[in-house]
Amino acid sequence: MPPVIQLENFTKTYHTGEVEVQAVRSVSLAIEPGEFVAIMGASGSGKSTLMNTIGCLDRPTSGRYLLDGVDTGELSRDELADLRNRKIGFVFQGFNLLSRTSALENTELPMLYSRPGIRGREQRARALKALELVGLADRVDHHPSQLSGGQQQRVAIGRALVNQPTLLLADEPTGNLDTRTSIEIMGIFQDLNAQGMTVMMVTHELDIARYTRRTVVMRDGRIVSDQPVTNRLAGAEELRRLQQEQQAIQLAP
Amino acid sequence: MILVAALKLALRALRRNKLRTLLTMLGIIFGVATIVVVVSIGNGAKAQIEAQIASLGQNLIILLSGNFSRGGFSMGFGMAPTLTKEDYEAIRKEVEGVSGVSPEVRASTQIAAGNQNELVQVIGIGADYLDIRSWPLASGANITEADVRRANKVAIVGQTTANTLFGDVEPVGQILRVKNAPFVVVGTLSPKGMNARGDDQDDIVLVPYTSAMKRLTGATTFRSLNIQAASAEAISSVTNQIADLLRQRHRIGPGRDDDFMLRTQQEISEAATATSKVMTVLLWVVACVSLLVGGIGIMNIMLVSVTERTREIGVRLAVGARGRDILLQFLIEAITLTVLGGVIGILLGVVGSRVVSVTQGWVTLVSLDSVILAFGFSAVIGIFFGFYPARKASRLDPIEALRYE
Repeated sequence: MPPVIQLENFTKTYHTGEVEVQAVRSVSLAIEPGEFVAIMGASGSGKSTLMNTIGCLDRPTSGRYLLDGVDTGELSRDELADLRNRKIGFVFQGFNLLSRTSALENTELPMLYSRPGIRGREQRARALKALELVGLADRVDHHPSQLSGGQQQRVAIGRALVNQPTLLLADEPTGNLDTRTSIEIMGIFQDLNAQGMTVMMVTHELDIARYTRRTVVMRDGRIVSDQPVTNRLAGAEELRRLQQEQQAIQLAP
Repeated sequence: MILVAALKLALRALRRNKLRTLLTMLGIIFGVATIVVVVSIGNGAKAQIEAQIASLGQNLIILLSGNFSRGGFSMGFGMAPTLTKEDYEAIRKEVEGVSGVSPEVRASTQIAAGNQNELVQVIGIGADYLDIRSWPLASGANITEADVRRANKVAIVGQTTANTLFGDVEPVGQILRVKNAPFVVVGTLSPKGMNARGDDQDDIVLVPYTSAMKRLTGATTFRSLNIQAASAEAISSVTNQIADLLRQRHRIGPGRDDDFMLRTQQEISEAATATSKVMTVLLWVVACVSLLVGGIGIMNIMLVSVTERTREIGVRLAVGARGRDILLQFLIEAITLTVLGGVIGILLGVVGSRVVSVTQGWVTLVSLDSVILAFGFSAVIGIFFGFYPARKASRLDPIEALRYE
């Protein structure tokens, strides 16, 4: 099996007026199927640019990016769209759900653009299954405004999973959530990873990165560290501990 | 993306902003309604004129006497004294396929009966006249060939005239005086109503043309003859025969202009509808301008909508929508907007044309083709003015769109 992500001397240059900004400089990185990777770094370190390219929203200025063995540098806009549809599930910091649209319909969204098309009944069945997987089977008809932040992010994860992607790509998925909900969401990612899903996420929180298996740190457009996570946290365990701590606070007046 | 899904999406988007949707549609609604009303008025007028022309008689050909010019000014056909009684007799005897010929000698004259008097249109006619105009008698008898030959003082009166002069008394057998000459009423006409100009066609007295020329006009030639062809197919043959006959009788050599003019009913009705066509074109222009303005309004709102939904577009692109999918989504939204407006406009137009016909007393006729036209027009407006905003949406960069606040 080829690596899910293979970057070879990937460079991205932006032109802002006269100034040329090298956002990412000659980065090489390979991520194998089943990995759970956190990309860390301060803002301006190039991690967002890296994410956009890995997410097939953008193409390298030079160097190569192979997603699941496919070289994205030669693909047209439409072909990139198809690749995103089939192989990548996006989870955003701000959830990015369509407002005034039910959880179920939000989850169905990627299937609307699948080629060949998917029948309405199958779309519904698959969306229901994805929502069940993220524990929202009882909220399918709720609109985003009727859901909590954590529930909204679960819908977004359901949406990302519905087309059975090769890669789950999360951009600061816990950035808008409180500690407890963050742990829940990380727990979901860990469960999915345990079932074989390749997960890659960008975060700047060290605690959150400790739920992954591998941490890549970037600075000034280069990778400065790439290490496996040693003192790994487990979502379920952390949640239990948090509950105990809260109970302890309540019991000690 | 499937079309049905795109349509569902469009309807939902339009439902979200009901007031905005309605206001945007107003331009289209009024434009389409105007078209429907205008075309219905035009069609109604046309149908009325055609009915009027048809009431002149079936397969009618009108022969006018020559164009009289004096000092370089043309006085128009029917002014020169070129059509004689002998021409009339020749046409009756020699032209094949003619079922009737009659002069129409008109004179406005004061007439009296008992102590009533009135200014009416007296028309001198031949015995064929009523047949040509398919105008049946209500009572009494027609003017006969013998009456015409002898210039008898007999008359047929229209319904209005009969009421004015004789009241409730049966007119047949009564006497009316035309320029002090007593005429015996031999028949009354069935009512015919108003003509296209609103004149009462029943305020009329018919007398033998010979009597009219002798006592009223003093003329010896005809301005016009009404000729009825035996069938629609015979019209052109009859027209040609009359032209040949008259050129021969009037000794008009080859290459010289005719001193008479032949007009078929078809040509007359075309001339009559030309005026109403000009009006229709004018109103069409107004309706089109209104549709154009409505279309620009739609473009404006669609551009706003694209900007508002930049993030949504970003999400759609991220999960795999192609530019074409986004284009389709916004285009269908614009088309749905205009077509919906078109449908409402058509309904409003149908109601409007009813209102016009009730309040103005005009005949209006909503035709299917005007409805289809208006509908198609609104769809085209939607495509035309929806395309630019839709293309703008489809060309958004997904990264920029996702970052849009």
